[in-house]
Amino acid sequence: MSGLIIRGGRVLDPASGFDAVADVFIADGRIQALGEPPAGFTAAHELDARGLCVSPGLIDLAARLREPGLTHKADIASETRAAAAGGITTLCCLPDTQPVVDTPSVVEHMLRRAETSGIRLAPLGALTKGLEGQLLAAMAALKDAGCVAVSDGGRPVANTRVLRRALEYAQTFDLPVLLTPRDPALSDGGLMHEGGVATRMGVAGIPQAAETAALGRDLALVEQTGARTHFGRLSSGRGVELIRRAQRDGLPVSADIAIHQLFFTEQDLWGFEAMFRVEPPFRSFTDRDALRRAVAEGAVAICSDHQPHQPDAKHAPLAGAEPGLSGLDTLLALVLRLVDEEVLPLLDALARVTVDPARILGLESGVLAPGRPADLCIFDPDAVWRVTPETLHSRGKNSAFLGWELTGRTVHTLVGGRLVYSREP
Amino acid sequence: MQCDMFVVRHRDSGAAHFIARHVRPGVSVINAGDGRHAHPTQAMLDMFTIRQHKGDFAPLVVAIIGDILHSRVARSQIHALNALGVAEVRVIGPRTLLPRDIDDLGARVFYDMRSGLRDVDVVCMLRLQRERMEGALLPSEAEFFRRYGLTEDKLALAKPDAIVMHPGPINRGVEIDSAVADGPRSVILPQVTNGIAVRMAVMSLAMQATGEAA
Repeated sequence: MSGLIIRGGRVLDPASGFDAVADVFIADGRIQALGEPPAGFTAAHELDARGLCVSPGLIDLAARLREPGLTHKADIASETRAAAAGGITTLCCLPDTQPVVDTPSVVEHMLRRAETSGIRLAPLGALTKGLEGQLLAAMAALKDAGCVAVSDGGRPVANTRVLRRALEYAQTFDLPVLLTPRDPALSDGGLMHEGGVATRMGVAGIPQAAETAALGRDLALVEQTGARTHFGRLSSGRGVELIRRAQRDGLPVSADIAIHQLFFTEQDLWGFEAMFRVEPPFRSFTDRDALRRAVAEGAVAICSDHQPHQPDAKHAPLAGAEPGLSGLDTLLALVLRLVDEEVLPLLDALARVTVDPARILGLESGVLAPGRPADLCIFDPDAVWRVTPETLHSRGKNSAFLGWELTGRTVHTLVGGRLVYSREP
Repeated sequence: MQCDMFVVRHRDSGAAHFIARHVRPGVSVINAGDGRHAHPTQAMLDMFTIRQHKGDFAPLVVAIIGDILHSRVARSQIHALNALGVAEVRVIGPRTLLPRDIDDLGARVFYDMRSGLRDVDVVCMLRLQRERMEGALLPSEAEFFRRYGLTEDKLALAKPDAIVMHPGPINRGVEIDSAVADGPRSVILPQVTNGIAVRMAVMSLAMQATGEAA
């Protein structure tokens, strides 16, 4: 057996708790052994990882790549390259493209376009046809074409009967359903968290109940149907509490939080800073702290919620600015910053972006152990870099972290044992 | 653009701030009302009118009544009155028209006009837009007028020398009865006159500041 040795790195496997300097032996696209070479292994290549950390590649549960349909913002080639540079080896993209990902041909097109980057694109298929919330999408065909889950893509299914049927139908094919809890009647027209800051700024608010009312309804349907359901992009402490309670009750539910929700609050919108317009909105300090606790306790995974925009999309008063932030480039460094800020230990932090999302989607990656796919992120934990438009690989320069100095940067990214990214020395 | 000054009225909160961030140094931007956020010159002319009729601000109790939620005038008035140190600012309206945490701005909340008007020195009415019925914020103009319309009998609860203000244009029979709007305690017409002087002063001061900067 001939393969690749990654020499001398600090190997981190959140799934097992393994944390030690060790060599990693890779062949046939998979990890063969840690520490000692397996019998008959010969090294065709070596990668020097001394001083670096070797982690499972990141699995991002929510990104918009803007293709097809919105390629003036970004495209699959540019964003999968950015993902590779960010140590992300599996990237879930939401189905709200133009056209919507509700036919196998769109899925096939996207997978083909992602091939050059070498990372694994995991398209989420539509839950309802056209994401219109009226008719079921062809979920079985979408699964056959390569969709790992189905999703409403941020557009809630207003009709409760349709949602119930969609959950049941997805369950038939063992497809996880990814929902974004948002009551459209309560949130439409709102631009930021409904609270004291919005009142002072005279800006229409999005109440916490926009999230909790939708969660309450959706959880009742999960209880009724037993469908495996994941709730994406929670923003409120109460929302997290509802998820925890459902998990205690034994419901098959999971959730994630966009990484930027752990760093910003409604206070960041003072001065009408359009960059900070996101959906769901940044809420209070109390909410942010509750989200941080939920991440520390392992109740929720973390995603980038990557939404690249063209420069003028944020160049307007709040109402005219488009919501969302570019996030692929900063995901790893921000997860490491949570460790620096003592929110949670390193292995737990990495778990939120590796093995936790893998379990949510039922993937075999996300674990650094013999037999698993050799999807790895090798990063320099001490590399300091400044977030600027130039240091972002994504075409979307709309990062709320511009100007921040972050620590930790991807040096090599491997997918299936193949090097898909190496930082220029 | 070779402008010296922008006077901006815009439907979006923050529009004047946005323009101010993008003009050359030394160019003046005057916010003439942005969304629900602020209407500074209206508040300044209101303060000027109160000073003319009441003198000292310190002992005054001022009530702002009606659609606080959508009102940039109310927000600027609350800031101005607190800055000038009045004894109390009150906001009066149904819960659907009072924004969340409005008390954090320095205003005491009343839902009942009869208790809220007691011992008030200055009554500031706000315009009610007709589209509020469609947003399920109010059942009807008639019901609003019954509870929150300013009539002579409700005004009798305020201090005998209380003045009545309104930023205009007024909806007679919706937020204010004609007898009050045209009555002896109304200072609505002096407000309009003062508006011209105050806005001239604002423009003059802004241009002087520009001249000094250059």
